Amino acid sequence: MKPQTRKKYVSKTVAGLKPSGIRRFFDLASSMDGVISLGVGEPDFVTSWSIREASILSLEQGYTSYTANAGLLELRQEIAAYLRRKFHVDYCPETEIFVTVGASQAIDLALRAIINPGDEVIIVEPSFVAYEPLVVLAGGKPVAVHTSGEDKFQLNPVHLERAITERTKAVIICSPNNPTGTVLSPAELEAIARLAEAYDLLVVADEIYAELTYEGVYMSMAAVSGMRERTILISGFSKGFAMTGWRLGFAAAPEEILQAMLKIHQYAMMCAPTMAQYGALEALRNGERDVVEMRNSYRRRRNYFVASLNEIGLPCHLPGGAFYAFPSIKPTGLTSEQFAERLLIEEKVAVVPGNVFGQSGEGYIRCSYASSLEQLQEAIKRMKRFLARL
Amino acid sequence: MKLSDKELEIIEILEKDARTPIDVLAKMVDLPVEETEVLVKKLEEAKVIVQYTALIDWRKADGREGVTAMIDVKVTPKRGVGFDEVAERIYRFPEVKSVYLMSGAYDLSVVIEGRSMAEIAQFVSEKLSTLDSVISTTTHFILKKYKHDGIVFDQGDQDRRIVVSP
Repeated sequence: MKPQTRKKYVSKTVAGLKPSGIRRFFDLASSMDGVISLGVGEPDFVTSWSIREASILSLEQGYTSYTANAGLLELRQEIAAYLRRKFHVDYCPETEIFVTVGASQAIDLALRAIINPGDEVIIVEPSFVAYEPLVVLAGGKPVAVHTSGEDKFQLNPVHLERAITERTKAVIICSPNNPTGTVLSPAELEAIARLAEAYDLLVVADEIYAELTYEGVYMSMAAVSGMRERTILISGFSKGFAMTGWRLGFAAAPEEILQAMLKIHQYAMMCAPTMAQYGALEALRNGERDVVEMRNSYRRRRNYFVASLNEIGLPCHLPGGAFYAFPSIKPTGLTSEQFAERLLIEEKVAVVPGNVFGQSGEGYIRCSYASSLEQLQEAIKRMKRFLARL
Repeated sequence: MKLSDKELEIIEILEKDARTPIDVLAKMVDLPVEETEVLVKKLEEAKVIVQYTALIDWRKADGREGVTAMIDVKVTPKRGVGFDEVAERIYRFPEVKSVYLMSGAYDLSVVIEGRSMAEIAQFVSEKLSTLDSVISTTTHFILKKYKHDGIVFDQGDQDRRIVVSP
């Protein structure tokens, strides 16, 4: 059989998913030397030693078996306490919280647990690349609501309402947002909440970057009045605690919804890795100081990097959270893909073209500032040189 | 001296890297360059920023021999001046790098640098032990420095992350 013909075995749904635009840049950037990568979607910190040490200790003591499907009860209790302390939301650790393999798995489970064939799920774009394919894989129909750079990528409730139909089941929001860094304001959250109530929708709230909010107090979707009922709150340890490789997240939702997610989880995954759960336990008990220090460090780098982007002629709003700057490259007249590709080849700076995050990301690039200050300075130097040549 | 948030931020950044250029520093704390300069100057004048130094890994400087010792010193405090007077008598010696008053089994912790063990031994027996208030000394030589002032000397700082990720 020719390799080509084997493609017929792949399911139509999977074959129909568009390839990740990030993949191409990954391959290109990986093949080059001396690249400064601002394309990385993860912290530049190694996980705190105390967390690593706690995980190592659990291995030494032989905690190598499965945990409960929902995760260690101790950890769920800590998560409940953390959610109460940080976001003033109350969830029962026995029935309303469970531990997942990264926030990504929690999003997948949330969608699979709520979508009936043909249900529509609204995605606020530009958005994390996984939402759309995960909605499709769950049998749903993704519907994009666009936000624009002119509004600093704030969500316009009128646009959201226009996208709602009688098939709409849920809205996925991500705040602080990957790739724009935009944080939904209390007023926007309130507007989403009122629409969710009016049209009987669920909100899948991806709050994985909540710890990395630089101004004011973070407000969770679930903390908006009346929204605890309608929210599937998803977060994890990857970003705030610099634990991406541990693959550990969690979901919190009203019992009926959470148990539906857990039902899939117990068949598909059993439980999240045990040693990672012991690390997470330490993160929640004693990790606050490190989180604050990392947050301060990101904030300073953000200030430097965004000011510098504006200075060299790439207009950029000051993102309220996450560790991404999302400058406009429209003044150059290039498309996002052209800009990113030429910048990589000519100056060896890797960024992610904005269009991979949805159509409304066109004309922008995502630059992660989770890199050392020296690297950021060098990247700015190279980008300035690149722009001067255009 | 009560510091503002911006001033605190400035000294935190400079403590990690004293050579942060002023324009970068200004952007990091979100202030105009001139205003940042004024704040740094003020912190220098108030001796909040005492000095800018380099952290050297002397093992890599061939041809320069040296040893460091930490000496636990028990002393008799003096009425009126407590430990301050004897501490001053000790820290005036240029070979003494630091002097701390400690809680616990001894009183002063003295860090001293010399070219050889013999030189340090001579200092301890001739200069330190002979001071009136000094009751006893215990000398510990440092064999290897792994971490100093929060910096690991042989830190592999390679970035293990994949180059592009969502």
